[in-house]
Amino acid sequence: MALLEVKGLTKTFGGLTAVNDLSFELKKGEILGIIGPNGAGKTTLFNLITGFYHPSAGTVFFKGEKITGLRPYQICKQGLARTFQIAQPFANLTVLENVKIGAYSRIPSNKEATQEALRILETVGLHEKRNDLASALPVGHRKSLELAKALATRPEVILLDEVVAGLNSKEVDGMIVHINKIQKQGITILLIEHVMKAIMSLSNRIVVIHYGRKIAEGLPEEVSKDTKVIEAYLGEEYILAKNRRT
Amino acid sequence: MRNNTEKTIQILVTIASGVFLLILPRFIGGYFLNLITMIFFFTYLGTAWNILGGYAGQFSFGHAAFFGMGAFTSTLLQIHLGVNPWIGMFLGGIVGLLLGLFIGSLTFRYGLRGPYFALAMLAVAEMLRLLAVEWMAVEYPLGITIPLKGDSLFYFQFTKKMPYYYIMFAMMVISLYLTRFIENRRIGSYFKAIRENENAADAIGVNVFKYKLIAMGISAFLTAAGGTFYAQYYLTIEEESSFGTSVSIEVLLGPIIGGAGTVFGPMVGAAILEILSEGTRNFLGGYSGVHLMVYGAILVVVIIFLPNGILGGLQTAFRKLSKA
Amino acid sequence: MSLPGLPLLLQSIVSGILMGGVYSLIAIGLTLIFGVMRIINFAHGSFMMLGMFTTYWLFILLGIHPYLSLLISIPVLFVFGLFVERFLIAQVLNAPEYNQLLLTLGISLFIENFALFLWSPNFRTLDIGYLKKAATVGTVMISFPKVIAFLFAILLTGLLYYFLKNTDLGKAIRASSEEKEGALTVGINLKRIYYVAFGIGTACVGAAGTLTATFFYVNPHVGGIFVITAFVVVVLGGMGNIIGALVGGIIIGLAESVGAAFLPGQLKQFIIYFIFILVLLFKPEGLFGRSREE
Repeated sequence: MALLEVKGLTKTFGGLTAVNDLSFELKKGEILGIIGPNGAGKTTLFNLITGFYHPSAGTVFFKGEKITGLRPYQICKQGLARTFQIAQPFANLTVLENVKIGAYSRIPSNKEATQEALRILETVGLHEKRNDLASALPVGHRKSLELAKALATRPEVILLDEVVAGLNSKEVDGMIVHINKIQKQGITILLIEHVMKAIMSLSNRIVVIHYGRKIAEGLPEEVSKDTKVIEAYLGEEYILAKNRRT
Repeated sequence: MRNNTEKTIQILVTIASGVFLLILPRFIGGYFLNLITMIFFFTYLGTAWNILGGYAGQFSFGHAAFFGMGAFTSTLLQIHLGVNPWIGMFLGGIVGLLLGLFIGSLTFRYGLRGPYFALAMLAVAEMLRLLAVEWMAVEYPLGITIPLKGDSLFYFQFTKKMPYYYIMFAMMVISLYLTRFIENRRIGSYFKAIRENENAADAIGVNVFKYKLIAMGISAFLTAAGGTFYAQYYLTIEEESSFGTSVSIEVLLGPIIGGAGTVFGPMVGAAILEILSEGTRNFLGGYSGVHLMVYGAILVVVIIFLPNGILGGLQTAFRKLSKA
Repeated sequence: MSLPGLPLLLQSIVSGILMGGVYSLIAIGLTLIFGVMRIINFAHGSFMMLGMFTTYWLFILLGIHPYLSLLISIPVLFVFGLFVERFLIAQVLNAPEYNQLLLTLGISLFIENFALFLWSPNFRTLDIGYLKKAATVGTVMISFPKVIAFLFAILLTGLLYYFLKNTDLGKAIRASSEEKEGALTVGINLKRIYYVAFGIGTACVGAAGTLTATFFYVNPHVGGIFVITAFVVVVLGGMGNIIGALVGGIIIGLAESVGAAFLPGQLKQFIIYFIFILVLLFKPEGLFGRSREE
């Protein structure tokens, strides 16, 4: 059964159509990658799914229930979490407090939420920095914090928006390991990424978006050979990724 | 363990200061009793403001709206319907609460944030003040006076200052304890999340609208109750000292200067401001309001050099030191 | 609530438009400052008060005619604004929005109450014979100083508009307000733009003060009365929009004046606040402004 279903999703801003009649399914347990040139509408898609934007047309179904029109916090409570492309920490709170707030969505008690938060910080490798202010974290750790916050809400589906952007090669590898671990825990993942190494190695399937429309869908190898996709991208990134893997 | 010694010291210091403040009135005269009562008073009001402003991050420039509603509600109920002022204080708090929820549901629903929210609250307070001016012009041209009943706890009136001292001390302690309580629980964390980043809070399961309303409600209730105290302290109310902008401003100066979003920030701020205001009055004398000049200067200095207030600045310094 | 007759209504409309011009003049500086620096200048009213007192003292002590004192109050307030921006406002340009608002609040508290300390809360007026003249057209009395103030407001709006559109400095100011990064890239000295813009804004309200002193009382608290109205005008017209400030001012002037014909006593102010809240809630970008993101 499709855990997340996007049907005919459309969003226009004034004269600009950011997302155009987009439909796809996210199957339970998979990692679905969303790729497309800059400005293709990927983050808009995430904002639509998570309730930050209202669609001009179309619906989103989560676990069979319609979630279009719900507020972000309600969607989070249903089990769908997200990270932001530019990390949005609670700057003047500590790393621990940041994650606690996520934990509080499932655990009302201070003590238990703290324990849960500490546990999650361990898994993303931020335990040492738990008492640092979020504003003091370098980029790599901010991304991990972003991930930790979302994980603390015990999601069934997590939407990751360019979670390896800005990371160095080692950090990217580390994040790939984390994401695979998350999938093993049973969490379904929808992933927006530009870094080909990450998205090609992580994704079970890929959807390609260009000017807000879906132009291709399938296995990573299929999609990377699709002429429409190559055209959209001018091929450069794909060639680099292909060479790195062979 | 470090945590336990810290906690024990904190508790001992709190108890010691509490005891000190409780026996103090036996040793000081009326002038100082009044001064310290006013420090408690502004700590209390500042703490009430701080819940919405410092913790939830919604700075209101119009808290006089709640203060005035509390004062007028309890006073008018007392004079016209013989309602006991203690009950009137509670009812005034409810009126404040309802007003806060009403304003909040409009402003928060339509996404008024930051300075726009601050100014909208200012506008509301002014609107209430103008209504009060108009309404009082004929019947109460010199303000509304509460009939004297001598020394009476039941009627919330005293001829001496000491009982007021203890009452405001109690109110202050309650408000401080409430802040502490909030800070240590989910509700406090949610307030802070809203203050730091509303969208991130929303994404992570926080019902931003609901929690803003809760903060507003608590803040408004407490502030309105403070209005009743004020009415019973001076036994007369009029629209400028109840709904005026200077009330709104003096209420928020304490927390801002002392440290918004901390438990004791409002107290530190209130103490500094009250003492300065007395000093200005004694040395510069003259027209009422001149102490505001000093307040203005301090506000400018604090915003530029200590944007998180005095306690906020201490926290940052402490943080840097424990890193080194 | 008593219904006014036609003559009273006409009078209200005329007075309202004239006063509206004055409100525009006060608001123009505020909207410019906001447009360029995104700062809500709470101290704007106290600057106006300084303009009023400058004119007052120049007249009382040196016998300088109020309209002539414009030549002094404008540059004086310009320089004053420059210094305030350079040494105070500049410190919080990158701080959270609330800090900017609180800083300008602090400045206004200081200036207003320092003036109170120096000059007492007494109400003063410029007692100049022919300034009290009014022309009568039909049943409508048109106050001479208000007409001058109104004309000056139009003139100043025009000048400012021309300046921003056609001069190099004006274009630099506009560039800085629309696209900070881009302006920096083409070598615009943002710091300088900011204090010049702030200075211009303050000079405008200083001029407004001078002109208002010709028909309104002078007193340290006078700024507080006008600053809220100025905010309403700016929000109504669209923050940063000069033409919006002109139109908004006239609308507010009319609303207040016509409202006063219908409502008792002080409640005409109530209308202004009410409009303010309505605009903030339902059309925060104002009549002419761009809508907020999100």
